[in-house]
Amino acid sequence: MVQGEETADRITARGKSVRQYLLSHLREYGLLFALIAIMVFFQAVTDGTLLRAINITNLLLQNSYIVIMALGMLVVIVSGNIDLSVGSVMGFIGALAAVMIVNLEQPVFVTVPICLVAGALIGAAQGYWIAYWKIPSFIVTLAGMLVFRGLSLWLLEGQSVGPFPQSFQVIANGFVPDILPAGIGETLAGFIGVRRINVLALAVGIAAAGGLVWIGLRQRARNRAYGIVDEPRSFFIARNAIVAAAIIFITYKLSTFRGLPNVLLTMGVLAVIYAFLTSNTVIGRRIYALGGNQKAAKLSGIKTERLTFLAFVNMGLLAAAAGLVFAARLNTATPKAGFALELDVIAAVFIGGASMSGGVGTIVGAVVGAFLMGVLNNGMSIMGIGIDYQQMIKGLVLLAAVVFDVYNKQKQG
Amino acid sequence: MTTLLEMREITKAFPGVRALDSVSIQVRRGEIHAICGENGAGKSTLMKVLSGVYPAGSYDGEIIFDGELVAFRDIRDSEDRGIIIIHQELALVPQLSIAENIFLGNERSRHGVVDWRETNSRTEALLAKVGLKEPPTTKVDSIGVGKQQLVEIAKALSKDVKLLILDEPTSALQENDSRRLLDLMLELKAQGVTCIIISHKLGEVRYVADTVTVIRDGTTVSTLETKNGLSEDRIVRDMVGRDMTHRFPEHVRTPGEVLMEVEGWNAWHPEHADRQVIRNVSFTVRRGEVVGVAGLMGSGRTELAMSIFGRSYGRNISGTVRISGEPVDVSTVDRAIDAGISYVTEDRKSLGLVLDETIRFNTTLANLRDVSAGGVLNKNEETRVAEKYRDALAIRTPSVFQKTVNLSGGNQQKVVLAKWLNTTPEVLILDEPTRGIDVGAKYEIYTIINTLAAEGKGVVMISSEMPELIGMCDRIYVMSEGSLVGELSAADATQERIMSLIVNEQGVET
Repeated sequence: MVQGEETADRITARGKSVRQYLLSHLREYGLLFALIAIMVFFQAVTDGTLLRAINITNLLLQNSYIVIMALGMLVVIVSGNIDLSVGSVMGFIGALAAVMIVNLEQPVFVTVPICLVAGALIGAAQGYWIAYWKIPSFIVTLAGMLVFRGLSLWLLEGQSVGPFPQSFQVIANGFVPDILPAGIGETLAGFIGVRRINVLALAVGIAAAGGLVWIGLRQRARNRAYGIVDEPRSFFIARNAIVAAAIIFITYKLSTFRGLPNVLLTMGVLAVIYAFLTSNTVIGRRIYALGGNQKAAKLSGIKTERLTFLAFVNMGLLAAAAGLVFAARLNTATPKAGFALELDVIAAVFIGGASMSGGVGTIVGAVVGAFLMGVLNNGMSIMGIGIDYQQMIKGLVLLAAVVFDVYNKQKQG
Repeated sequence: MTTLLEMREITKAFPGVRALDSVSIQVRRGEIHAICGENGAGKSTLMKVLSGVYPAGSYDGEIIFDGELVAFRDIRDSEDRGIIIIHQELALVPQLSIAENIFLGNERSRHGVVDWRETNSRTEALLAKVGLKEPPTTKVDSIGVGKQQLVEIAKALSKDVKLLILDEPTSALQENDSRRLLDLMLELKAQGVTCIIISHKLGEVRYVADTVTVIRDGTTVSTLETKNGLSEDRIVRDMVGRDMTHRFPEHVRTPGEVLMEVEGWNAWHPEHADRQVIRNVSFTVRRGEVVGVAGLMGSGRTELAMSIFGRSYGRNISGTVRISGEPVDVSTVDRAIDAGISYVTEDRKSLGLVLDETIRFNTTLANLRDVSAGGVLNKNEETRVAEKYRDALAIRTPSVFQKTVNLSGGNQQKVVLAKWLNTTPEVLILDEPTRGIDVGAKYEIYTIINTLAAEGKGVVMISSEMPELIGMCDRIYVMSEGSLVGELSAADATQERIMSLIVNEQGVET
């Protein structure tokens, strides 16, 4: 064998693989790039308001319940279904919490578990018809959307109920206290020249960024060992650098305000759990198979009915969690809470690259999709763009994302 | 006879592949011309060039039709000249009537208002030509696939067809419907219609064709006349480019003890509760034995297999299944898998594979237990397993991370086989394991089956192709209308005997 030839082959192979890699992962990079581009744009046109510490905190709080529900919706959509009832369910759970805490004076530690169980039961009730009676999820959850909207109204008797005690409000509006010695924060703040620094927040950010890079490196090393043609090194470095820098930057900003919001922690932990669940577990794999080809999945010994049922139970549970966060954030439960929110959640999942026909989509995509919509909302509000234009722009963004998907797929096929 | 169509030195390249490399073909007026070749040989590409799917300019070479040099821009262009293709997948709208379908896009109308009287009367005349007695207002989804095929031909006849191209017309048809279609082709020929037929079934080709053109790897290999007697082996040799006097690999089998016994198996139709689909079926499979199940489509072969495999078909299922003498629970798919049974489905695209996923994903799907611990997948182990089967079954792919949708039919079938071999079954039920794949890949699948038998597994092979059953099996059960109507040993089995068993059972005189 001629040594030179082999090397030349490898180099052309690598050049080709860079292009192929970019082409086949255009969607993922495109999404990340779009998010960055939108942030840079709004940062510029709002004179830096977008990335102010207080606004970043707001952005996270405002979108937390969307992100939480998007995690469940991703699972539902990957399984080949849809859930139109999540907005109503979220509102209903908020109403339930308000009635229990404010009207019936139940303690928070009793109310929260009951609300979560109620959410799971609602999911089970809908999932039962979808999974075992094969009634299209669109119909069942459309019915659920009306039913739970009505139930919220009935429960609240058409009134807003609130306010909540402090112990409930912290779910959404609380911050993780800085448990590290105050001296470090003060020194650091003085050194950088800001008023204060929440060292814990910054430390968590650095740890998270470091963890992500570490996981990425380990994965890459393993793939290498198996000789898998993978992400070109330059892409790997650039992607990780951008993501790590973004995480550290955001936590730094947060640390100069009030620190880590409780909700960010909840959201982050949930996102990591669901990302792992969907990509690395047997049940996750089966959900993709179910959505990709239900008949083949069933004939491969997968209990497709039970899996569909569980996807909806899970969705109900997460909608309940989102309902608690939403009620706590508004500090009141209103009959209108969660109105049309299901559409934002579904849009986030599709912008994140999920396929209407099932079997395709990622948690990371859904989370980024949710934040992309969130930044759009937030940025346009700061600019003072009317709600009319906001709706139109969001609609066009959704359409563009899906058109991009379809175009991409056609080009590849 | 004069030449109706001549395609000269057609070359069509796609990025990276030369699909056609100066292919030439001559079709005489009034003949039936068969085009044979393995999957991927370039038959469909050639027909797409001819019909204008690939417009003039996107290929090199000339097409001379009816004495004129032609350059079609699209399908409409070629249809206007009288070239009509009937594709493998029927292009009828099932919810519309026969008449509506026949005149779809070509409605008989006055000022935009459909003239139903003319539509229906002309449809009736056309249906008479193809031997259909259905009223023109019959909905297409209420007639069988065989009759739908005839409606397609009637539709072609409504357009003054000069050259009728049939792409694998009988692939979805039963034996008697196929025969009817082929006879119709001969009749049309007598009326002066020129036909091109693309087919894998060489028996049919010999039955109808006057001339056979064999294409391999994008080039014309040979043009053969059938009138002086043309053997199938000759066509096969040209198709695969090697001598295949043996279409089935050599095998010597010594079946061992009884491995699987099915006794008194009954199943009813899932929707029509009064229709018994499987009637008191009992059969056995020995270790190291390949057992065939012959029968027409709709005879209950697939239903038998699926009802045994985790009650995937039918209701009120009764009967017992024993593996090595022990009764086993096969009431759900995962229990059947645990009992050591695998069922390789008939339709690999809709029932076998998750097409949008990788080879690795599909290979481990039926046995995720072995590649996971505590419900967490070990993806490296999955890769190892997938690569093991890629090598063992010679799945042709750059990597196991290739999506299965991008594989050829033969390689897809191997991935489905890999999925089931990975459940380490004792008994494999293979439903039409070689349907729609080319001769070379068939040979490889046969070799895999022989290896499995040699390893002491029991194989049940369901197939519509009788030569395949006769060539591969040790014993053949014959099924008709839900019952087993006969059992033949390999030595006794001939196509005639199998057919006569089926036909006698149906009470039709031969």
